[in-house]
Amino acid sequence: MKKINWLMIATGAVVGLAALILSLGGNPGNMGFCIACFLRDIAGGLGLHSAGKVQYIRPEIIGLVLGAMLMAMAGKEFKARAGSVPALRFVLGGLVMMGALAFLGCPLRMVIRLGGGDVTAIAGLLGFIAGIFCGVLCLKQGFSLGRAYKVKKAEGFVLPGIMAALLVLLLAAPAFLKFSQEGPGSVHAFWLVSLAAGLVVGALAQKSRLCMAGGIRDVFLFRDFNLISGFITIFVVVLVGNVILNGFHPAAAVQPIAHHDYLWSFLGMMVAGWGSVLLGGCPLRQLILAGEGNGDSAVTVLGMIVGAAISHNFGMAGNADAMKDGVFTAGGVAMAGRVGIMIGLVMLLVISVANLHKEEKAK
Amino acid sequence: MIDARGYACPMPVVMVQKAVKKDGPEALEVLVDNQCAVENVSRFAGNNGYAVEVRPAEDDEFSLLLKKRQ
Repeated sequence: MKKINWLMIATGAVVGLAALILSLGGNPGNMGFCIACFLRDIAGGLGLHSAGKVQYIRPEIIGLVLGAMLMAMAGKEFKARAGSVPALRFVLGGLVMMGALAFLGCPLRMVIRLGGGDVTAIAGLLGFIAGIFCGVLCLKQGFSLGRAYKVKKAEGFVLPGIMAALLVLLLAAPAFLKFSQEGPGSVHAFWLVSLAAGLVVGALAQKSRLCMAGGIRDVFLFRDFNLISGFITIFVVVLVGNVILNGFHPAAAVQPIAHHDYLWSFLGMMVAGWGSVLLGGCPLRQLILAGEGNGDSAVTVLGMIVGAAISHNFGMAGNADAMKDGVFTAGGVAMAGRVGIMIGLVMLLVISVANLHKEEKAK
Repeated sequence: MIDARGYACPMPVVMVQKAVKKDGPEALEVLVDNQCAVENVSRFAGNNGYAVEVRPAEDDEFSLLLKKRQ
């Protein structure tokens, strides 16, 4: 009899509730939490891309990293580790980001979109599952990014330090930053609410090891339903919450910050899923691991921020459907994004094959 | 013995899974260096007919002794 992990269920419930509260508090629709979107906003806020609608320093991200750090320190799990192919992880982080932004959401937002009745996100879910399946095949064939090593404690504080610096900039020196005047970047909850939600979710995610990609991966790989129980709980809580709050609108047309370019949603999330399995965790998990002192995950997060900037600078991110004055304008993934996704899939294949290891000999 | 120190999850579990599938050993020692791997390897072992004894070793490392349940 497999035990139910109540900590995982509780984490999923809190993530779902936090997402609902943040959307009610001012975050964009079905975007209470979105690691990809928020890292993209941070890239914009720092001026790394010039897409005017998506620029803001999202305190949720800062909270997630710092919350994970505090919980890891409290539980004596904060350990500075690094040295497992950092450059490759940087690239993989960028690829995951590009795929997720074509779809318009990280795996966590995909679940939140589904819970809000966004039928278009089903294409993303199917692609995500397909990508994870590819990643699992690679793991079974001997894919590995290799060992990390103990390093000086300072390495573990790099990403938490960057996040603390962003918070200081946001509060004390916003003149250095860019802020959207319109679009999703201009729509956000009060910073303290966002930060608090991030801290709580970060702490719980550290303790429970919640991971959106890991949930489906472990079902394929080990028939283990521990991680996916968190994934399902988030969906159920967001769904029930939306129904109660009258925010559940099951439809394919004009969902908040979404498009119905199904094929490219599928392929974009396939890149995100495959890349996440190669990295050992989804974008949320990378933030949490970086908070625990993992320098490789910190590099991955920096890769995701740069990937977000490139996505927008090259016009590869998805465009949302829009309804203005009764006129429907279809969004979708432009040619640049389609080419990017295809290149991403080829790169994932090359990286996967290049990192196959013969079986470790048992000593 | 499997030395999974330095590997992030799910790699330690993948390494154990391969060893278990290949030979189905009566006993298997696994070295890991993080709490997450301890939990994941223990859960995998428990779900696959092994009893687990966790022994903290030096320097934040753990030695897991897996024994086939009769």
